Amino acid sequence: MTRFASGGIVILGMFLLLLIENTRAVNAQVEAGKEQGGYETQVDPSSDETSKKRKPFLETLPFELHGFLDARGGLRTQDDPHESKTATLGETRLQLHLSKALDWAKFRIKSDFLYDGVVEGADVDLREANAFLTPFDFMDLKVGRQVLTWGTGDYIFINDLFPKDYNSFFIGRDDEYLKAPSDSLKASFYTKVLNLDFVYTPLFNPDRFIDGERLSYFNPQLGRLAGQDAVISPLKRDEWFEDSEIALRLYRDLKGYGLALYGYNGFWKSPMGFDPQMGKATFPRLSVYGFSARGKAWKGIGNIEGGYYDSRDDRSGKDPFVPNSQFRFLAGYEQELAKDFTVGVQYYLELMSDYGAYKRTLPPGSQVADEYRHVITLRLTKLLMYQNLRLSLFTFYSPSDQDGYVRPNIHYRITDRWSADAGANIFMGKKDHTFFGQFKDNTNVYFGLRWNF
Amino acid sequence: MKAHYWSAFVLSFGLLATTAPGETQPLEPQKAGVEIIEKEQQAFYSQGKDMKADIRMELITADGKKRIRVLTMLRWNDPKSKDQKYFIYFREPADVRGMTFMVWKYPLKESDRWIYVPAIDLVRRIAARDARSSFVGSDFTYEDVSGRNIAADTHRLLREEKIGDRDCYLVESAPKEPIDYVKRISWIDKTTYLPLKEEYYDVQKELARVFSADKIEDIAAAESRERKRFPTVTRRTMKNLKAGHRTDVTYTSVSYDVGLQENIFTERYLRNPPERWIK
Repeated sequence: MTRFASGGIVILGMFLLLLIENTRAVNAQVEAGKEQGGYETQVDPSSDETSKKRKPFLETLPFELHGFLDARGGLRTQDDPHESKTATLGETRLQLHLSKALDWAKFRIKSDFLYDGVVEGADVDLREANAFLTPFDFMDLKVGRQVLTWGTGDYIFINDLFPKDYNSFFIGRDDEYLKAPSDSLKASFYTKVLNLDFVYTPLFNPDRFIDGERLSYFNPQLGRLAGQDAVISPLKRDEWFEDSEIALRLYRDLKGYGLALYGYNGFWKSPMGFDPQMGKATFPRLSVYGFSARGKAWKGIGNIEGGYYDSRDDRSGKDPFVPNSQFRFLAGYEQELAKDFTVGVQYYLELMSDYGAYKRTLPPGSQVADEYRHVITLRLTKLLMYQNLRLSLFTFYSPSDQDGYVRPNIHYRITDRWSADAGANIFMGKKDHTFFGQFKDNTNVYFGLRWNF
Repeated sequence: MKAHYWSAFVLSFGLLATTAPGETQPLEPQKAGVEIIEKEQQAFYSQGKDMKADIRMELITADGKKRIRVLTMLRWNDPKSKDQKYFIYFREPADVRGMTFMVWKYPLKESDRWIYVPAIDLVRRIAARDARSSFVGSDFTYEDVSGRNIAADTHRLLREEKIGDRDCYLVESAPKEPIDYVKRISWIDKTTYLPLKEEYYDVQKELARVFSADKIEDIAAAESRERKRFPTVTRRTMKNLKAGHRTDVTYTSVSYDVGLQENIFTERYLRNPPERWIK
């Protein structure tokens, strides 16, 4: 990300210049006025008084500017022999979100400027820079950097192959950061019968995967847990148009039920492969075909989703350095059990195809994955104090891997502008090589404070 | 629940048979109650072909601390049925700005609800079965915002009474299944059929919540030739007497029959709010 730093400084500069320019213009028109805080203790008896108040500064801009300032910290609750720092999180982040709607297009820029104490550096994370237009009644286009999501899972993704940021997810950043941005063109077509989303990404956008720099992980080549001693630096897929991705979604609504078919052509989003000659991790080729359905079921909302992961570099399953093809399946149900108390459960299955070939060709001494991986999730959410206090608990548990991951979180809106949250990321597992078990030295607690504007 | 559909069905047939339009002879209190509540729901939740309003809610605690919710609401009535579709665009507070919320409401079954979170481009279905849940943390419930199934209560016309200079029907409505209140008394304007006041009594039979319509404006339809006018409650308050909490709501720039199309209420516009209506 640091290669974006210089570009980021330019963007920050642009924001500041626009702000200063507009401040001057506003000051010329009106006397210096105080910005209206979100936390008002006065109760106005009539609305006539509010209309006399001067417009808040942000509303005087010729474009919309919003954002937040967010400070958060977190640390491991145990030592990790593979990471030098106890802290997993220690950052101050300013997000600026600028948008402007013209008659023919909408423009958005959203960028984060942060100082990250864990990697000891300033960084810029440009999350959105795109134009949205409607060239025809039946078509929308969104071009540029954008965050993309589809599918029906809750923290489980089958047909959503847009980049994820598992580092952010595991250390207690806001949920927003689980999704990393894509540099894509999204064309959407709407008809009475079917809608189509077509996303073209000219240069592969991988996940922000766990590479050992901040969080330790299981390294299959070393056959043990690793971290800063074995930071993954995969062979990059950096050929424009050659290393491109295509994602499709065909969908429609049928009496309140959302039905969809998906297709993807690209690469495993995290470096799941390994090149023994180069000694480097790789992003093998991948296609995915899937479906989903979601709607009312019994007293709540039900969803099912499935997908076939066609691992094109190892269709026979004989290459031990490339993941086999897989079937993935998800079924979920969510219901509001009591007032402001919601429960969601999911069952997820990952089935490895050509399991016999996988076992036969696995190098001796390797950890053997199961043919079936089962995961059950449970989400509990309770809102209190006029929905200003949210208690939530999300649990992943895999009976086949005998591991789990628990995410408790408490979020409080102190005022309309200030909020605080605290939580933990708890990893458990009998074995070091399983999906959640490998992260158990990273179990952490965190705290965050945010000011929105 | 099934029993309610049947009773609604039977009741509405009964009404058709006994009350021809314009008939003024006194009715049995229960039939009259149902008829008045039907007219009230029509006047309060369904006027016009469609509606657009900017809504500002002030959530005020007992010690006077305020939180603000600002949103734009679009409503469309299905001309072929009693179904309605709602689209809500949140403006304030800052942490929900740009979120959209869509409801497909059916008179006799659970609504379909979607929410869109722009920061992660996520469309979620909402499993809000409990229509008694608070709407955006205010003292209003979902039902208070979009209407309660008439057949879920038994209604009874108590008497007629004046509020200020307005003649009102006094209707008592008692939920058939236990919920957070056991009785609601509504003062319904005899001319406009708008509720001017409602009292909610809790299980202890104590007055728990009070609704009041504080300002009513006549709003002309945008596109009708005969310039139809719709009396509209543009300021309303819900007070929670036990908690000392209250919510003041102001509707601004209300317009009817603006020409909303049904296709606005789809995932396309949930993800990309229609600029023309949301501006």
